[in-house]
Amino acid sequence: MASVVFYFQVHQPYRLRRYSIFDTEPTYFDDYKNEQICHKVSEKCYLPATQAILDMVRRHEGRFRVSYSLTGTVIEQFKRYNPEVLKVFEALAKTGCVEFISETYYHSLSFLYSRNEFIEQTNMHCRLIEDLFGQTPRVFRNTELTYNNDVAQVVHDMGFTAVLAEGADYVLGYRSPTYVYNPPNRPDLRLLLKNYRLSDDVAFRFSNRGWKEWPLKAEKFAGWINQINGNGYVCNLFMDYETFGEHQWADTGIFDFLRALPGEVLKYRDNDFLTVSEAADRYPAAGEIDVPHMTSWADTERDLSAWLGNAMQANALHEIFRLEDDIKAAGDPVLLADWRKLQTSDHFYYMCTKYFSDGDVHKYFNPYESPYDGYINFMNIIDNLRHRIADSVESAESPRLGMGKSP
Amino acid sequence: MLGWEFPPFISGGLGTACFGLTKALDELGIEVTFVLPTALPLSAGAGGGRVSVRGADKLRVRGAAPEPFHHLQIRQVSAVLQAYGTPQTFQKEKATQAKGAAAAKAAQALPWSVTARGVPAGGGGMVMGAAGQYEGDLMEQVRRYARLATEIAVQEPFDVVHAHDWMTYPAGLSVSGVTGKPLVVHVHSTEFDRSGDNVNQQVYDIERAGMHGADKIICVSNFTRNIVINRYGVSPAKATVVYNAVETSNGEAEAASPLKRNEKIVLFLGRITMQKGPEYFLAAAKKALEKMPNIRFVMAGSGDMIRRTIEMVAQLGIGQNVTFTGFLRGADVDRVFQMADLYVMPSVSEPFGIAPLEALSHNVPVIISKQSGVSEILTHVLKVDFWDINEMANKILAVLRHPPLQRVLREQGTGEIRKLSWKDSASRCKQVYESLVV
Repeated sequence: MASVVFYFQVHQPYRLRRYSIFDTEPTYFDDYKNEQICHKVSEKCYLPATQAILDMVRRHEGRFRVSYSLTGTVIEQFKRYNPEVLKVFEALAKTGCVEFISETYYHSLSFLYSRNEFIEQTNMHCRLIEDLFGQTPRVFRNTELTYNNDVAQVVHDMGFTAVLAEGADYVLGYRSPTYVYNPPNRPDLRLLLKNYRLSDDVAFRFSNRGWKEWPLKAEKFAGWINQINGNGYVCNLFMDYETFGEHQWADTGIFDFLRALPGEVLKYRDNDFLTVSEAADRYPAAGEIDVPHMTSWADTERDLSAWLGNAMQANALHEIFRLEDDIKAAGDPVLLADWRKLQTSDHFYYMCTKYFSDGDVHKYFNPYESPYDGYINFMNIIDNLRHRIADSVESAESPRLGMGKSP
Repeated sequence: MLGWEFPPFISGGLGTACFGLTKALDELGIEVTFVLPTALPLSAGAGGGRVSVRGADKLRVRGAAPEPFHHLQIRQVSAVLQAYGTPQTFQKEKATQAKGAAAAKAAQALPWSVTARGVPAGGGGMVMGAAGQYEGDLMEQVRRYARLATEIAVQEPFDVVHAHDWMTYPAGLSVSGVTGKPLVVHVHSTEFDRSGDNVNQQVYDIERAGMHGADKIICVSNFTRNIVINRYGVSPAKATVVYNAVETSNGEAEAASPLKRNEKIVLFLGRITMQKGPEYFLAAAKKALEKMPNIRFVMAGSGDMIRRTIEMVAQLGIGQNVTFTGFLRGADVDRVFQMADLYVMPSVSEPFGIAPLEALSHNVPVIISKQSGVSEILTHVLKVDFWDINEMANKILAVLRHPPLQRVLREQGTGEIRKLSWKDSASRCKQVYESLVV
């Protein structure tokens, strides 16, 4: 039996506007650009891909099943800019063939800096998914698949039944991501590891004409999946949802591939599709996987270095989380939401200097001209945030002066 | 090689580039005969004469073991040309020279001669009188240099003529014409960089004639190549880019200034001319001081805008935060880099810009204008439009306020310049030569 477990990550950050040290207004986000990008990606990816998946679920009468994680920040932006996308997702949720995974609402690295903030954001996200799709997430994935034994421990205590991670070679060793595992001493928590070879065939190599397997057709790919029969149970295809139509443009044939794949996989009588918790429930753990160090699905290093690889990133992350107590003491919901939007991991990814000179994927997704510009902009905003905290503390201390908005 | 300014007569990047490139060509085993105009009288300030003697020693041709060159011959000719000279500055200098007997004396002590081969360090050969050299105008000196260079060329065996910047183009054309050898002109700057749109027609015409008469044009950046193509009507196929480089020290990090100070130092180092954007630097300084009062802005260099710049400091009311050092050379340049927390190059139009590379090699973070050739090859620096003084101030303050930013810029920046070597530039030049000789 080979069960294909699709999980798609849907995320957009709140990109920041250009914020100079001479700026004083408490508006940090580039609404115009965020709206433009939301429209563009909705049109190229979110709408056609979700519609394609809905069609496939219906055509295969529930035998095609997938899982999603939608961050709180992307859902907020859909509500504001492209509510029609949420309509398709809601329709998909009603089919009962789609599972929604939980993560931190703000796609943050809070696990590394504040356990309280991590738990609050995860609970926030669960409530959002319940409200929107009427299901309570049972499976957790941390931002960018950052994972170690501590993550397993905490999410187990929060009641999740499974957690997702990268199937990096140095994590698995000789073992295969086609089995289900459990973290050390947590026999009741399932660990699903990304099959990065097959996932990246679709997510990264699909349109690469220099690749010897190009062009990749659904029939061939289904054949590769079928080879798992006898060597495991699951084929964990975890990828950014934007793969469909945005990273791989429509003219590469990615949507034809997506529409053809369920039929090709199901041609093999032994194979099927499962959502993440169905896979966790059906298959026994093949052993313990010990992950003492933080792993992720980013770059070839598959570690934290894309967000925490240089002194600027470490400094910016430290500074933002240092404000937690003061922000929460201030009791201002707008201030709190702004602070949380600034935690989104993308802001720190933009400051990454790895490969910057080579002009690769980091540059493509970067709204700044350089990682240095990203850092400077972010730090200027934190400066302003600090002033606002100080103002709100002051106004709380002298209520008579605290009626108006701070200047 | 028809070039400029060998140490110690360095007044800017042109001399540094000629020296670095020639040294690397020498290391590649290419024999270079370097025809150098006499720039001495113009740089004959305090210590000028003394330095020249040391320079002569250093540059003796086919020298013994400690000498850095193996295949180089320097031929000094008595044309009074100065890098960055303009017809206006020439007239000014001529007037000064007429008065300055001391300077003339220093020039007479110049031991190099036109006729003697091998440039003896002693006083042999023809000695030139400085006063005589100033006869006529700059254009006459350019023609004189061309005539003398051609006289040398007919005696010398060589394969390619390589001419650096406009004052040597007539010489290049003449040498190439007489000997039939191919001509390469090397564009380190154009009249549009130096003068904005108020170009000197005569200079432009010489530049244009040189570029059109050349077999190949080497430009120091794409920025310059585009000017050459668009403003001089040169065929794109003829113009290639060879970037400049920097000589890095042997990797030893320089100790920070031992002086304890509660001031941050932001450095401008370059000629104080329209091209280098000193007024944008000061306007940004004014903005930055509004947010952070303990910054010292050091302006190192001299030039025709010095008076206007000093007046501007007074008008802005930031006199106590701005220091003018005058023109610096040698160890003083090293020292000022060591003291600096940040180097800013706000150039309005910079064909390349070697100074930022020197700053990085001294471990100093750098802000450069986007209107520069060097911004094409540096990624680990901060970049601004020269006119965007708010952004310039924003970035100045960011570097001074955030040590992690300084740290990453230093680490990554020094790594980046290690990849730039004169040897690579020289190899590119060699390829150009070979394409012409075959």
